Amino acid sequence: MVDPKDKTPENKVSPATRQYPDTAAQMKQDPPTTGHSWDGIEEYDNPMPRWWVWIFIITIVWSFGYWIAYPAWPGIQSATSGILGYSSRANVAQDIAEFEARNESFFVQLVESDLDEIRDNDELHRFAVNAGGSVFRAQCSQCHGAGGAGVQASGFPNLLDDDWLWGGTMEDIHLTVRYGIRNEDFLDARWSEMPAFGRDGLLNNDEIDQVVNHVLSLSGSDHDAAQAAEGAELFEINCASCHGDGGEGDYFIGAPALNNQVWLYGGTPEAIRESIYYSRFGVMPGFAGRLREAEIRAVAAYVHQLGGGQ
Amino acid sequence: MTSADQSPPPLYAKREPIFPRRVKGSFRTMKWWLLAVMLGIYYLIPWIRWDRGPEMPNQAVLLDLANRRFFFFMVEIWPHEFYFVAGLLIMAGIGLFLFTSALGRVWCGYACPQTVWTDLFILVERWIEGDRNARLRLHRKGWDGEKIRKYGLKWTVWFLIGMATGGAWVFYFADAPTLLVDLFTGQAHPVAYLSVLILTMTTFLFGGFFREQICIYACPWPRIQAAMMDEDTLTIDYRHWRGEPRGKLKKGELDPNQGDCIDCMACVNVCPMGIDIRDGQQMECITCGLCIDACDEVMDRIGRPRGLISYMALSDQVDEQAGKSPKSVWKHVFRPRTILYTTIWGLIGIGLIVALFIRADLDMSVAPVRNPTHVVLSDGTVRNVYDIRLRNMYHERRVFALSVTENPDLQLSIQGEETNRVTVGPDEQALLRVYLTAAPGTLSNAAERSPVRIWASIAGSSERVYSDTVFNGRNQ
Repeated sequence: MVDPKDKTPENKVSPATRQYPDTAAQMKQDPPTTGHSWDGIEEYDNPMPRWWVWIFIITIVWSFGYWIAYPAWPGIQSATSGILGYSSRANVAQDIAEFEARNESFFVQLVESDLDEIRDNDELHRFAVNAGGSVFRAQCSQCHGAGGAGVQASGFPNLLDDDWLWGGTMEDIHLTVRYGIRNEDFLDARWSEMPAFGRDGLLNNDEIDQVVNHVLSLSGSDHDAAQAAEGAELFEINCASCHGDGGEGDYFIGAPALNNQVWLYGGTPEAIRESIYYSRFGVMPGFAGRLREAEIRAVAAYVHQLGGGQ
Repeated sequence: MTSADQSPPPLYAKREPIFPRRVKGSFRTMKWWLLAVMLGIYYLIPWIRWDRGPEMPNQAVLLDLANRRFFFFMVEIWPHEFYFVAGLLIMAGIGLFLFTSALGRVWCGYACPQTVWTDLFILVERWIEGDRNARLRLHRKGWDGEKIRKYGLKWTVWFLIGMATGGAWVFYFADAPTLLVDLFTGQAHPVAYLSVLILTMTTFLFGGFFREQICIYACPWPRIQAAMMDEDTLTIDYRHWRGEPRGKLKKGELDPNQGDCIDCMACVNVCPMGIDIRDGQQMECITCGLCIDACDEVMDRIGRPRGLISYMALSDQVDEQAGKSPKSVWKHVFRPRTILYTTIWGLIGIGLIVALFIRADLDMSVAPVRNPTHVVLSDGTVRNVYDIRLRNMYHERRVFALSVTENPDLQLSIQGEETNRVTVGPDEQALLRVYLTAAPGTLSNAAERSPVRIWASIAGSSERVYSDTVFNGRNQ
């Protein structure tokens, strides 16, 4: 009688004809062991399946062909080269050459076009922004940040806002990237220096405090009105020649605008005081000679479209 | 039941070639019909055309991997809607549970491609070499002209069927008429040739040579199914209480002391898996029903009632042996477990269909640019940047308008565009860089973060979608 609820193997098979091997009898006729014993555990000496052995032999045969066809055996200087002449390094070089050849027409176009034309040509602009982006990440992001936000504590300018030290047109950016800032390698490099008013004794500490308050007042930041009024005259004498009477700054000499919310080294009284006392300005390498002209133009197009381009 | 002289079974079982005998009957007829219908579906579907407009592919079923689109008649699935495919796979899984708990290995016996193509290959084998006995004779004799000729012809036909199988497969992934010409003129993509080659060889080897070994050794399904069957599952079994003790006919008559089984081996000879169903349910059995056809034919001939071998459940065996009448087929099929599976299956199906019809044919994803989180402009305005992807899942060019709600402080503008509208081509997507700005003095300007909802709507229509994100302020 078969009880369907009974899940033992004997009951799953209905007819009495089913034969089961006797495990006890089986144990007596175990195949020979390899003779090795590890903590009493022995290993049967069963042959490997034939299909497995054949695949093993075929792979061995195959490996001889592989040694001859491909680089295989290491030598002192290099490995055997193989009769097919395969080299992963040569393949990479070939791929790079292939892509450069494909991009060559764009590079030529970048050099031959006016900077404004690059912006107006959709296809060329897209290429310039992508190519410029990879150049930026490799060459510029160390200081300006991968997102172009700069580092205020170190005076690396933020390239995303609409405030520029040396101008934010394509031409201005291109010139800056090409020759750098305060860079002795190029005569054309942009150059200006602010005097160290405190360190060099041009202003005393009280006067500097008055100028700091005046500078804060220019951008509508919190300040001491009496001090600021005192500082107005000092500002006119010492600062206005570069930063402008109202602190509007001057792209031509890289004088930062002081009348807005963007600060190169920070807008706290302490940060402004430090800038006036010691004079702070950054340097930037020129990329002419390091990068191709087309790459410099691409990076200019990339920076221009980050959000602050004029 | 045990014998002391029984030697241990070897770990490697050499394949015993199987030569299934031809059989006639209702299951065999049904299997031929199913084979024709399923192969017809497989071969013909890529050739059905479906008009989707001038700029869209006109193939009814197309897995366009290059453009990342899946077309199925009026339905078009984009990669971000892949959950539909996941849902279909879940339905297929639960469907298999349902069929297995109700009808056992009905998939294996009737619908599995391995079964269908093996059936077709055995048919070819029989046409060329003859029925079981002729094939056995040919198999046993040495290589002579007849054997070389017949085997060569058989393998050629198998190979051509394999090529047709692989050839049809690639048509699902490209425009079928174009690809057919390209395949023959040598202009098709190497991947197409490689796919055809792989599927040709797998069909040829699986259907021609591996056959039941795929089911026994390679397929996980026989093992999984054993866990899903229960005592009410309909499977094929042998009524041993009626058939035993078996014995040959004596002078064409049944001995009154013997059972109905006359040990004619018909059920064994027709079995494509090479098993004896009289040993009971076993893992190798794919429940194809051919042994039922074979046995019924014999029972008719010796004047005994049909059904010595038939579909039945384990509980039927108990009932029948106890002299009770077995449950009806319907009672086996409709029981709480199968009804539960059907309900789950149906709910997922309804959910998918509803999702399919209420989904918009536009989509937007918004990725805030977080390096840096925000920029302060010279006048104190705070600006955030978002990368927005607009998807126009429609066969016409449409104008998308972007706007913001939930936050009156914010102004939206699109880089490189004069207005907040962009045109997106048919079945295309656009990647936009979008600025949100908060003027100085506003709440969003000073807050650390404020919520914002960005809307994309189709100009001149009520269709629109939104995406919620945040605006980062100066945190002062």
